[in-house]
Amino acid sequence: MLDNDVNQPILWTHALTKQVNTGDTQLTILQDIDLQVNAGEAVAIIGASGSGKSTLLGLLAGLDLPTAGKVHLDAIDIFTLDEDSRAALRGKILGFVFQSFQLLPALTATENVMLPLELSQQNKNAEAIARKLLERVGLAKRLNHYPKQLSGGEQQRVAIARAFATDPKLLLADEPTGNLDSATGIQIIDLMFELNREHGTTLVLVTHDEALSRRCSRQIRLADGKLVP
Amino acid sequence: MNHLKLSFRMLRRDWRAGELNVLVLALIIAVSGMTTVGFFAERVELALTRESNQLLGADLLVISSRPLPDTYADEASRLGLTISSLTKFPSMISDGENNLLTEIKAVTEGYPLRGRIYLASRSSMSRAEQPEITIADTIPQPGTIWVDEKVMTRLDLKANDVVDVGAAQLTVTELVVREPDHSVGFINMGARAMINASDLLETDLIQEGSRVSYQLLVAGEVKAVQQFRDWIKPQLTKAQRVEGIRDARPEIKAALERAEKFLSLAALASVVLAAAAIALAVRRFTQRHLDGCAVMRSLGASQQQLFHLYWYYFTALGVIASAIGCLIGFAAQQILTHWLIGIVDTALPWPSWLPALQGLLVGLVLLVGFALPPVLNLRSVPALRVLRRDIGLSNTHSLAGYLLGLVTLSLLFIWKAQDLKLGLYIVTGFVSAIIIFGCLGWLLIKVLSGLRHQAGGAWRYGLASIYRRAISSVLQAVALGLGLMALLVLTLIQNDLIDDWHASLPPNAPNHFLVNIQVDQVQSLQEFFQQYEIEPPPMYPMVKGRLVKINGKNVSPKSYKDDLHAERHIRREFNLTWADELSSDNQIVQGAWWNTGTHEAELSIEEGIAKTIRVKLGDELTYDIAGSHFTAKITSVRKVDWDTFKANFFVVVPPGLLDNYPASFVTSFYVPPAEISMIHELVRTFPSILVVDVAMVINQVQQMIQQVSQAIEFVFLFTLLGGFAVLYAAIAATQDERIYEAAIFRTLGARREQLSRAWAAEFAILGGLAGLFASAGASALAYVISKHVLHFDYTFNPWIWVVGTLTGMIGVLVAGLLGTRSALSSPPLLTLRKIG
Repeated sequence: MLDNDVNQPILWTHALTKQVNTGDTQLTILQDIDLQVNAGEAVAIIGASGSGKSTLLGLLAGLDLPTAGKVHLDAIDIFTLDEDSRAALRGKILGFVFQSFQLLPALTATENVMLPLELSQQNKNAEAIARKLLERVGLAKRLNHYPKQLSGGEQQRVAIARAFATDPKLLLADEPTGNLDSATGIQIIDLMFELNREHGTTLVLVTHDEALSRRCSRQIRLADGKLVP
Repeated sequence: MNHLKLSFRMLRRDWRAGELNVLVLALIIAVSGMTTVGFFAERVELALTRESNQLLGADLLVISSRPLPDTYADEASRLGLTISSLTKFPSMISDGENNLLTEIKAVTEGYPLRGRIYLASRSSMSRAEQPEITIADTIPQPGTIWVDEKVMTRLDLKANDVVDVGAAQLTVTELVVREPDHSVGFINMGARAMINASDLLETDLIQEGSRVSYQLLVAGEVKAVQQFRDWIKPQLTKAQRVEGIRDARPEIKAALERAEKFLSLAALASVVLAAAAIALAVRRFTQRHLDGCAVMRSLGASQQQLFHLYWYYFTALGVIASAIGCLIGFAAQQILTHWLIGIVDTALPWPSWLPALQGLLVGLVLLVGFALPPVLNLRSVPALRVLRRDIGLSNTHSLAGYLLGLVTLSLLFIWKAQDLKLGLYIVTGFVSAIIIFGCLGWLLIKVLSGLRHQAGGAWRYGLASIYRRAISSVLQAVALGLGLMALLVLTLIQNDLIDDWHASLPPNAPNHFLVNIQVDQVQSLQEFFQQYEIEPPPMYPMVKGRLVKINGKNVSPKSYKDDLHAERHIRREFNLTWADELSSDNQIVQGAWWNTGTHEAELSIEEGIAKTIRVKLGDELTYDIAGSHFTAKITSVRKVDWDTFKANFFVVVPPGLLDNYPASFVTSFYVPPAEISMIHELVRTFPSILVVDVAMVINQVQQMIQQVSQAIEFVFLFTLLGGFAVLYAAIAATQDERIYEAAIFRTLGARREQLSRAWAAEFAILGGLAGLFASAGASALAYVISKHVLHFDYTFNPWIWVVGTLTGMIGVLVAGLLGTRSALSSPPLLTLRKIG
């Protein structure tokens, strides 16, 4: 994506706060998060387990609602939108890679990759694009396999292919190697960064792995729901 | 590990967490639906029997040609039954100038025990206009006589006229419009009068050899009546017999029995629905407990320990849920009864506790049969699942598990149907339906999913989802199909049953019979009808003959000493008729009807009487008709629909054969109540013709049919509720997967509408499949049940395919979309984190 203006923030948050009620007490998961991600950047959000990383990622994608604060995605204040409009926005500009792959078990590898394309109805060649991407991630021989018939590494490749299917502006990855052995993990990360480069995508990567975070151009540290300067 | 304690703790936790909602709800709806039907059917049946007993005047009659011993009445009183008695005999009534042969009924206090005597008010006894009707609250006072319309007309009586009955002089005080009596039939339908039994002696009419019928009337609690019946049966002499309404009136017997069978069918349908709902609900349960079991296994729990754990768990669950179901069933039935009091005239008798017990038992059996087997498979979940969540259970286990369910369900059916034949038909029907639906469903899903690449967006995802869950999809389609099939069968039979009843007794069903029409009166009678602008009804010839020989061998009442019923038939004269064509409500079951114009000596006999007197196709019967013998061979056996009020005959011969024998004619026709004066005129013009008025019986039967129809429709509502339980369980069974699916779809940018469309496609396919199965199964099963169990002709209805398929499709679609609304709105992140 060459039209991305490098100095333009594709994502910024203001005083983002998330609290949940647990019985009588109120638990603050995230507090006053202000951050900015510019187009073309690769940013790692790191922190210990329970520091609020995944919650933050969910809020950035509009998958959950904050208690307070704002998220601007591609210059749109996403929490002023309704859920359907947020979904449409996600379909247009976001790609996801999850720790537990989150493939639809009912669909074959190709169909899983086609899914976001068909949902956004932006491309008539969904199947061709899906095939090409799957070939790119090394699954040319697994096109018609169901997730159940694939190994963990293969499933995550399908998930990566799916994430890039719509040519997203921003890729959000949540512990993408968390469910994989280290050798496979390294292959997957290499693949993800390669594709990121090829597609000129902005990357926000959530991880607890310091080594992995260092592959990104910038690190944002979270502790107890707050940004650590 | 204390299993009992642990399983109760697990149960409590799951119950509170809402994990058991679907299963418990399915069970509660099933048990409450069934107990409601059970309680209600029992009460309606009791009420209907009691109501039809109004025709009899009692719950039970003991009838004898000699005075009855006091011990009978004593025993009835001892059992807490109310009693009354009557003495019936033919006698002349005279107003001084004219005599009229009348059937006198001498009654004692309390008569009738069931039903009422309706009187025309005194002012209208001059019968100038439509009489005002009152209900008698007593019996005729000593010294008085109540007469019917015929006595009134023929003797031209007024109120307070005095008539002679034997040696007694009695004052006419009331005109009886309607009275209960069991012998509303051909035989004794002359004029009728009622007197007080205390005047009997004074009449001096009862002499040695008089033709008298002594009757003891008994009424009370159903159980006590049955006890009395059981007690008296072995005491009866040959001259005595016991009659309940079912013995007395075949058309009521047939209607009641059909209604009972239908109601038990409705109850059975709710059992099928319950089984299907539970089978569906338990899938979700096992899915949700896989992890827990894997953890317990990894922590060292043995298979046996897990077995005990779930056994206790489910027994407790079954008892609690079934008990709640029973309570709800009882309450629902109370409300229904309350609501229905306006429809069923009489107060409904209190039901027994049996339906509750049945409900409890059925709930447990269903749970053990359909829920426990797949749940017990949980014990074999590999402990490795704690590490690899994709490892689950093999499906073969649970398929075998359902076998136990099917066996228990079959036993339940046969028990609930209380009719081995009906039970077996249903079991065979449903088992073959399951096998055929299952195989066909599997095949169809395979074929359809092959087409998914050609299909557009929503359809592709719908088909993909169905295919991915192929086994569970087949199971859902089969369960939904069975549920819908049960509902369709009931609808089909219900409509046919009610239509058939109404058709057999249309509003213009003949309500008057004319008997004893002589050959020379036929012409003038037809002219009489024309005068009143009534289409002359067909006249059936009738020749009276006594059966004297079978295949050349003499028969007499003594030949049937062991069979009172047969003996009575031989003693009596048969009415023989002739006809060229088979009557429309008759059906040949053996042999063939004769060719027009035949002169062969052949006859057609009704199948029931043929069985009673033990004759078969090809036998030769000889009748003594007015001293000369007539012999003919049985060339056909007929089934006669006795619940119509048309004139029907046991024995029919071809025209011409009986020409040389003395014949009279019989006919039946409808007279609207407003034109009853025509009957008065007919009686005056043709004094020798016997007019039999069956309007009252017809009214009562029509009313009863109306009530039964309504009861059936109410009961059907509950079966429908069971259908919703299945639907709910089917939707809920895949709810978890859907919530997950929704989260991914929404994360990837799907709008609600896109997701709804994909699901709608899936539900429509599933529902359409179920509807198609249901239509096929219902047509076949309704045919078999109508023909072989309820005994009426079933008409195939092509619309059922359209209605069934569309109902399935739309029903599942609507319920599915409503049921998955929450899955659409749950925040994606929450779901993904819960599952991931």
